[in-house]
Amino acid sequence: MLEPTVSVSGLCVRKNKNELLSSISFDIQPGTICGLLGPSGAGKTTLMRAIVGIQIPTHGNVEVLGEKAGSKNNRAKIGYVTQASSIYLDLTVAQNLKFFARISKADKQSVDRTLKIVHLYDKKNQLVATLSGGEKTRVSLAVAMLADPDLLILDEPTVGLDPLLRRDLWKLFNVLAKKGKTIVVSSHVMDEALHCEQLLLLREGKLLWDDSAEKLLKVTKKTSVEDAFVDLMKGDK
Amino acid sequence: MFFHIKATFAVTRRILQQLSHDHRTIALVFVVPCFLMWLLSWMFEDNQMMFKSIAPPLLAIFPMSIMFLITSIATLRERTNGTLERVLALPIAKSDFIFGYALAFGLLAVLQASLVATISLKFLGVEIEGPDWMLVLVALVDALLGVALGLLASAFARSEFQAVQFMPAILFPQFLLCGLIVPLSSMPDFLESIARLLPLTYAVEAMQNITVEATTSSETWQNILIVISWVVVALILGSLTLRRRVK
Repeated sequence: MLEPTVSVSGLCVRKNKNELLSSISFDIQPGTICGLLGPSGAGKTTLMRAIVGIQIPTHGNVEVLGEKAGSKNNRAKIGYVTQASSIYLDLTVAQNLKFFARISKADKQSVDRTLKIVHLYDKKNQLVATLSGGEKTRVSLAVAMLADPDLLILDEPTVGLDPLLRRDLWKLFNVLAKKGKTIVVSSHVMDEALHCEQLLLLREGKLLWDDSAEKLLKVTKKTSVEDAFVDLMKGDK
Repeated sequence: MFFHIKATFAVTRRILQQLSHDHRTIALVFVVPCFLMWLLSWMFEDNQMMFKSIAPPLLAIFPMSIMFLITSIATLRERTNGTLERVLALPIAKSDFIFGYALAFGLLAVLQASLVATISLKFLGVEIEGPDWMLVLVALVDALLGVALGLLASAFARSEFQAVQFMPAILFPQFLLCGLIVPLSSMPDFLESIARLLPLTYAVEAMQNITVEATTSSETWQNILIVISWVVVALILGSLTLRRRVK
């Protein structure tokens, strides 16, 4: 078996006595789409920030691409899309991408290439402030893909997208995964779990499930991920 | 390496592009200090002596305050909308980010200082004994001081409300103590020694000197050098306040 892309062991994050994540351990293999599901406040974003390296663990270890999370070498290899779009509203779409391409050492063609992937090529000269919420998310996604990273961390990227586009994005994630890229996607839409090979269910900072969605349905004898999740939560109490 | 030209220029270019979409800000940056100088010249219409001594120091203060505000708000916006975190998750040195900012607003400061100084000299009757370019130079160094202090101050603000109040908190005391309202020698000893620590004191003193000196004295150069040192120190401290990782 290959070395896992992400390896988390005994991860705890505490802030002002609040335990945001408590002793979480899991591995993500290369080329996997890993769904991170849970209600808001479950610790999804904190976990993603720990993998990116922005959040320093209180205890435990996070290894990413063979290095400690937050290492200098990893900065060019991870694409991170936050929930807020984190792009410059007072620049055009192309100006945003060109700036991020320059500082993430991506090649010049990457700007047009990623804009085509997220279907925004024809809006490249529009000011970001005039775009819709879904379009801003896509600009942010394009920024994350500029340097062709090995690991994509996407915090609720499909919120507010129309169903057609959402399907396109999942198709894109599959294509990327086939190329060997690892993708971590958080969502609170349980249906999206079925797109993922690996499912992490998080609630109140605890990891309730780490396996495939099919197995989850089998074990809990439910037909939807949502019901299965409720079942797991009951067991947790 | 401490300084990477490509990344620094990328940041500078991006900020200038942002400004280019914001015509009103640009207009305010250039029009406001000119308007204030014109107002001042009108106020002292019947007292040219007074005007000639007070105008150059104020020429140091107006651009500095404006650049301080603009820089601190711009950096704060970057901190609050998440772009700073995103930029710092990429392979760019913190110093490149800060220098990129300093360079962009420094460029704006050059244009602003040149415009105000030129208008003051040509149309408003400001006269100095020293060469005219000294007036531009000192005004520029002071505007850069505003940029550097603004960058540093924004690190300690969590919201725009707080950031705006750093102007009275950081600039007003310097304004009161800089020697323009009461000469340093007439202040209580303790206050004088405080004033001797603050950069604006040296900026104003340099301006006062060049209005009376035909050739720039070494004391004036020393004043300018002190202000530049403050700019460098504030920029370095500013880059230290950037955090890639949080506990």
